[in-house]
Amino acid sequence: MTGAVATVPDRTAGPGPAPLSRSRRLAGPALFVAVGLLLVAVAPAVLSPFRLDLLGKYLCYAIVAVGIGLAWGRGGMLTLGQGVFFGLGGYAMGMHLKLREAGPGGLPDFMVWSGVESLPALWRPFANPVFALAMVVLLPVTVAVLLGLLVFRQRVRGAYFAVLSQALAAAFVILLVGQQGLTGGTNGLTNFQMFYGLDLYQPGDKRFLYLVVVAVLGTMFLLAWQLSRSRFGQLLVAVRDGEDRVRFLGYEPAVVKTIAFAVSAGMAGIAGALFVPMVGLLSPANLGIVASLELLIGVAIGGRFSLAGAVGGALLVNYAKTIFSEESADNWIYLQGAMFVIVMIWAPRGLAGLAADARAAVRHRRRPPSRSVAAPIPSGTPSANGSAPPGSADPVDPARPVDDARPADQIEPTGVPAVAAQRGEEPA
Amino acid sequence: MTELLQVRGLNVVFSGFRAVTDLDFTVSAGELRFLIGPNGAGKTTLIDVITGLTRPTSGSVRFAGEELLGRREHQIVRLGIGRTFQTSVVFEQLTVLENLDLAATFRRPLGTLLRRRRGIADQVAEAMEITGLAELAERPAGVLSHGQRQWLEIGMLLAQRPSLLLLDEPVAGMSRDERARTGELLRLVAKEHTVIVVEHDMDFLRRFASTVTVLHEGRLLCEGTVAQVQADPRVQEVYLGRTRKESAELVKEAS
Repeated sequence: MTGAVATVPDRTAGPGPAPLSRSRRLAGPALFVAVGLLLVAVAPAVLSPFRLDLLGKYLCYAIVAVGIGLAWGRGGMLTLGQGVFFGLGGYAMGMHLKLREAGPGGLPDFMVWSGVESLPALWRPFANPVFALAMVVLLPVTVAVLLGLLVFRQRVRGAYFAVLSQALAAAFVILLVGQQGLTGGTNGLTNFQMFYGLDLYQPGDKRFLYLVVVAVLGTMFLLAWQLSRSRFGQLLVAVRDGEDRVRFLGYEPAVVKTIAFAVSAGMAGIAGALFVPMVGLLSPANLGIVASLELLIGVAIGGRFSLAGAVGGALLVNYAKTIFSEESADNWIYLQGAMFVIVMIWAPRGLAGLAADARAAVRHRRRPPSRSVAAPIPSGTPSANGSAPPGSADPVDPARPVDDARPADQIEPTGVPAVAAQRGEEPA
Repeated sequence: MTELLQVRGLNVVFSGFRAVTDLDFTVSAGELRFLIGPNGAGKTTLIDVITGLTRPTSGSVRFAGEELLGRREHQIVRLGIGRTFQTSVVFEQLTVLENLDLAATFRRPLGTLLRRRRGIADQVAEAMEITGLAELAERPAGVLSHGQRQWLEIGMLLAQRPSLLLLDEPVAGMSRDERARTGELLRLVAKEHTVIVVEHDMDFLRRFASTVTVLHEGRLLCEGTVAQVQADPRVQEVYLGRTRKESAELVKEAS
């Protein structure tokens, strides 16, 4: 045979996941279970009903953050309008709850105040609890699919997509505020008493609702995690790093991106629907440009390349917001901005990236690098290449579901310039 | 031999510049065809048209009886045409194995994409074996050397199981050793596939080419074996620049 041929090592031992220590393999699931126990068992016992409500609110934002982590961290879609999907889910739920406790004539309170005399046709189907639940997911997903196919097929991406998604959030708010009689205008929907049989003024029932939120967050996290480590997740990372190259793998990148975008929209919708009973109101201020950006900032600070980082960031930033806003609302804005700038400059992978670096450094110290690869190729021995961040050479690792993807902004996305160069080469 | 690829009357104009003019080009099944020509000859443009990256002004490109013009890039890949790029583009965040696996998956039903990869598909193992990348399977593609990246690209192509491979300057920037290995790889690949190679390197051409097509300024200049092409005075003129003729004219003018 020829020099280019090397033997494939034993397939059972060779290219499968490299042997990992048991403790490292179980670290991720252990963290998941520990946080889950903390939220389910400890938090309700320790926190006052008021604080537990706040935590429930943060957890709703964390559900959105999981979706953003998928769309932005994995798929590279900087979505500045996630509030739209949050709002679609929230209003679908809010409309149903308002109809449930509507006063005489079957009209929600704000319609009576605005002088609306009969229930608008748009509202009628939301009286059905199953329809409302379905709409919580279907509305945001449908909007995301239509927008995604339209925009991604036209190869709109990067900053253009970000601006477009933000404009969508702005337009949505204007629409909501303008239709006072239909949507409650600036005030939004308020005064919720019941949620599918739960009395929202009873601490016990509220605690149950909180547990529902925790369970949904856990489910969404596992869903996103499974998606990330599946072939689809790898395809998504490939689209992020070289969209034009992916076409030559036989895939339409627009479809891949649209699926991820729709999943993130669905998660935001579910989060919005839980936010309504948890917080007791939903207004355009909860889903406008500022709210959408705050969701994103939480993910950026926590670490967009890590689902756990996205969740942690959302919880941390919203907790900090509450703490600092209790003293002075103005200071919080500056502090949030400063945190965002600092993270973007010094830690673009966020807190999760810092944690991953720290873990890798500890591991590195414990075990000096001795893994050199006997490559069958003479030049450019990869073992001599020290530029790869420690740990990135590891295979997909269930214990570290998230930090194996290095940020796109540290390594130039390779596909776009290369193909562009191809296009321009001959005629030049 | 059956004609696998037929290009007829192809014209490509980029805002006034004629990149390809009235080109007819045919490749039979099982062939290893080299495409050469000086810079601006239209080699890469031709590859771009075949793979759907560039829309021609007029003409037709048929592959196994199917018209390719008007199809999108990924649809053409699904018909069985794969290509590599001059600047190798691999997914640096993914391992070598994952890169190959991703290239091999587009024929799978969408549902199976939602599962994790378990084990190694046959075509992926074959691609690793033929390119010699098996040892590097778990390495992120970002740490590969230039030559290894090109081999990975070729491996990804093989994993797609295409019937026609288009390689755009596969040995550009490679060391002498790497060129030799790439040539051997090419010979192996050409045994089972139809291959079109765009190449500048004349030494590589002499060693590994059988049939050569020469393009010049967007037109077909000549076609034949390496010896025939090298003996063709038009090819010599094109490759040497017009120095001999020009100098002859200069001499004439001076006298």
